[in-house]
Amino acid sequence: MNLYDKTVHELHEQLKKKEISSVELTNALYDRIGAVEDKVAAYVTLDKENALKQAAKVDEMIAAGQDIKPLAGIPGAIKDNISTKGLRTTCSSHILDNFIPVYDAHVIENLRKDETIFLGKTNMDEFAMGSTTKTSYFKMTHNAWNLNRVPGGSSGGSAAAVSAGEAIWALGSDTGGSIRQPASFNGIVGIKPTYGRVSRYGCVAFASSLDQIGPLTRDVTDAALVLNTICGVDAHDSTSLPVDVPDFTKALRQDVKGLRIGLPKEFFGKGTDPKVKEQIMLAAEKYKELGAEVMEVSLPHTEYAVITYYIIAPAEASANLARFDGVRYGYRNKLATSAPEMTKKSRSEGFGAEVKRRIMLGTYVLSSGYYDAYYKKAMQVRTLIKRDFDEVFKKCDVLLTPTSPVVAYSLDEKMDPLTIYMLDVTTIPVNMAGLPGISIPCGFADGMPVGMQLIGKALDEETILRAAYTFEQATEFHKAYAPLGGDK
Amino acid sequence: MKNYITVVGLEVHAELKTKTKAFCSCSTEFGAEPNTHVCPVCLGMPGALPVLNKKVVEYAVLAGLALNCEIQKFNKFDRKNYFYPDLAKNYQISQWDQPICLNGHIDINVNGEKKRIGITRIHMEEDAGKLVHSGLTISTSDFSAVDYNRAGVPLIEIVSEPDMRSAQEARAYMEQLKAILEYTDVSDCKMQEGSLRCDANISVMPEGATEFGTRAEIKNLNSFRALERAIEYETERQIELIEDGGHVVQETRTWDDINGVTLSMRSKEEAHDYRYFPEPDLVPINLDDAWIDKIREELPELPAQRKERLLKEDVPEESADLIVSNKKMADYFDEGAKGTKNLKALANWLLGDVSAFLNAEGVEIDDPAFKITPDHVAGLVNLIDKGVLSSKLAKKVFAEMLKDNEAPEVLVKKLGLEQVSDAGELGKMVDEVIAANPQSVADFKAGKKKAIGFLVGQIMKQTHGKANPGMVNKMLTEKLSQ
Repeated sequence: MNLYDKTVHELHEQLKKKEISSVELTNALYDRIGAVEDKVAAYVTLDKENALKQAAKVDEMIAAGQDIKPLAGIPGAIKDNISTKGLRTTCSSHILDNFIPVYDAHVIENLRKDETIFLGKTNMDEFAMGSTTKTSYFKMTHNAWNLNRVPGGSSGGSAAAVSAGEAIWALGSDTGGSIRQPASFNGIVGIKPTYGRVSRYGCVAFASSLDQIGPLTRDVTDAALVLNTICGVDAHDSTSLPVDVPDFTKALRQDVKGLRIGLPKEFFGKGTDPKVKEQIMLAAEKYKELGAEVMEVSLPHTEYAVITYYIIAPAEASANLARFDGVRYGYRNKLATSAPEMTKKSRSEGFGAEVKRRIMLGTYVLSSGYYDAYYKKAMQVRTLIKRDFDEVFKKCDVLLTPTSPVVAYSLDEKMDPLTIYMLDVTTIPVNMAGLPGISIPCGFADGMPVGMQLIGKALDEETILRAAYTFEQATEFHKAYAPLGGDK
Repeated sequence: MKNYITVVGLEVHAELKTKTKAFCSCSTEFGAEPNTHVCPVCLGMPGALPVLNKKVVEYAVLAGLALNCEIQKFNKFDRKNYFYPDLAKNYQISQWDQPICLNGHIDINVNGEKKRIGITRIHMEEDAGKLVHSGLTISTSDFSAVDYNRAGVPLIEIVSEPDMRSAQEARAYMEQLKAILEYTDVSDCKMQEGSLRCDANISVMPEGATEFGTRAEIKNLNSFRALERAIEYETERQIELIEDGGHVVQETRTWDDINGVTLSMRSKEEAHDYRYFPEPDLVPINLDDAWIDKIREELPELPAQRKERLLKEDVPEESADLIVSNKKMADYFDEGAKGTKNLKALANWLLGDVSAFLNAEGVEIDDPAFKITPDHVAGLVNLIDKGVLSSKLAKKVFAEMLKDNEAPEVLVKKLGLEQVSDAGELGKMVDEVIAANPQSVADFKAGKKKAIGFLVGQIMKQTHGKANPGMVNKMLTEKLSQ
């Protein structure tokens, strides 16, 4: 077995036993990147020099007999919208092409304390706006299961890197499904934690009330390990929750006896690929076999989730992205002769089409005279969506749904934006309600991985981790490797 | 021509005196090197988030209580969106539809007439940075630089009702507001440094009209005088427009202090659509009653209360108004009052010679350039009251005190200025002057009462003004009438 195909917990044991060194491991990852990156195109920026320095440091710590944390010396990849001090952070946008942050995101600080290794920054949809990674200014990322297909998005680079053996683990961010959907498209595990579980400080904001950072990993155990490091209240983020963080690995028990699993019927709607649905229903059967109680439930306001999301998220984005004006950092049009002209031209030239579309949408819905009809109404509907979940969680402990109604589609697929937006119907309600959601592999359709989503109560990551771990241990799907097939 | 009534409402921005900024821990200190009090948060770096400084809320509540407002327990912040290079995030964190304070008032006194001016609301927000132009003005500059030291400094915006009817009333409101903010110590209130700024909404309407005219908003009013002049100018401009058959358009105008005119900045059509919406990076806060009550208990004596106190001490109303309107002066007065019983005289000294010096130097009473301590002014008052110094000599002593704050008692001795009030000594002088000036004595006895003035003058001259003139006069009259 190749080093680059292993999990965090396997490699951690090997490091501790001195069977491998972190430098060896890190080099193995860069060799792998060298071999497949031209096919996959997962990264925007690599940082080999610092990664190897850090690996050498961890090797010294091990040699000195020091106790090391589970992520120490194990190379991961960071989505390029998470601020890394001294390392270019672009959000895959022309407007931040040469932007080098002056500070570390809170999650990066935590990961550094645990002596982990950052291989580089991964490609994404520009400012996390998209679900294909095709809106990146730099490049198109390819799905390692079939290079002709999309890796999903917006954390497509992070998912593809983990799937293709170009990183052991990765961080993504999820505003409407951007961790879970690419995890499902790439046959790996991805968690969006409860809103407020992880500090957003240093995550370049797309939609502040929805954004959440989370892990993309090869199995549930690794996801729990990354969560242990990145979760927790942060004085720099007022929306981070002042609650204790459990040791998530303690939740990893093979036990779903009596667990009440709800299948929300609205998440299996018209657009759902029957082959995807089949895999989810098989998973439900598996849970029954394992002792869980499975029931159909209803979240009646689900049909409004996508449209209200496309009011709230662009509204917040229109303000969040206003700071990219060419004044302090980032791309600047140098021919402009006045400040307003400079800002206009820098933004016109610096942002791509999808970002502009959403800024315009957001600006429109907040405009005087439209606020009540759109933004205010959308916020009211959001409350109804939350209430649906509150009601349903009185009857069950977790919800089981397809992560995406479809498997990864062709890179050449011509879909209008609205059709693409509607595919987020299974992930968006979870962000709207601020709940934790995990996607894990549960089968294949047309040779592509299918992901199932488990949704939990607020701050109850432990139950979805336990349910996910139990399923994972009872199945083999997580052991499949992406073949890097298909001609690019 | 009809008679017109001016209608004025003021929007006042006061920078709060917190040590650190509203949403980050950068210093708020004024006058530092450009862009040295900045961090990712106040520079609007990608990914940075605001965290509310609790002191901002405390100061806003304190100001609200001092201005007789109702404090709103539920508070949230909103984003006010507009593009400007000095606004790091291109939105300002402010409060829109739910301000922290509502329905307050200030009582003003103009020409002896009392009037209550309503305060509509007070809300919290952050300040922007500052553009520094390479030339004198923005239009004549090759480039502009931005200093973000001020970005994120907390402000409160105090919006009045359109209750003022003249430039004088507006000035009185502004002065009283400034005094109250200084008393509560929530703001430095330095208009020249921009820590207190004012915009005026001005309209005119014919006498007897029931509806206000169309208003113009005047910006850039950096002094009380600018406020008064701008209102006077704008009133005239609007009346002339109407009299000439035109009409006032709703617009934003700027005050040009050099030419004494207001100039159009932008019309209503060009006005910003700020697209306010709730700030998702900050959580709403609920103030509890106990906390508000604690702040209420911390409320210091306010100008109106202090004035009442001074009136009880026999300080004339006009003097009391002047003293309490300047907190530093009022504090100085209170210190001085510990050393003398004659508060009326103390007030006269502060508003007379002391103010004359301060005005000439262009400084405030707490400036190191003014060296005299309050106890020494009180001492000077006491020396006059005891008859040790004439008021004329007291002025001489005061001039010496200004140099290095020596005690007046010491200076009187040092300068040999002690008034001669010794009856024996004065008697001898009286006898001598009578003997030496037979003609004047004869004149006096012949009924020319004025002749005594010459004799008093001789003694004063001889003693270099130190003889107690009252006693000399009395003794001479007695002697000559025998």
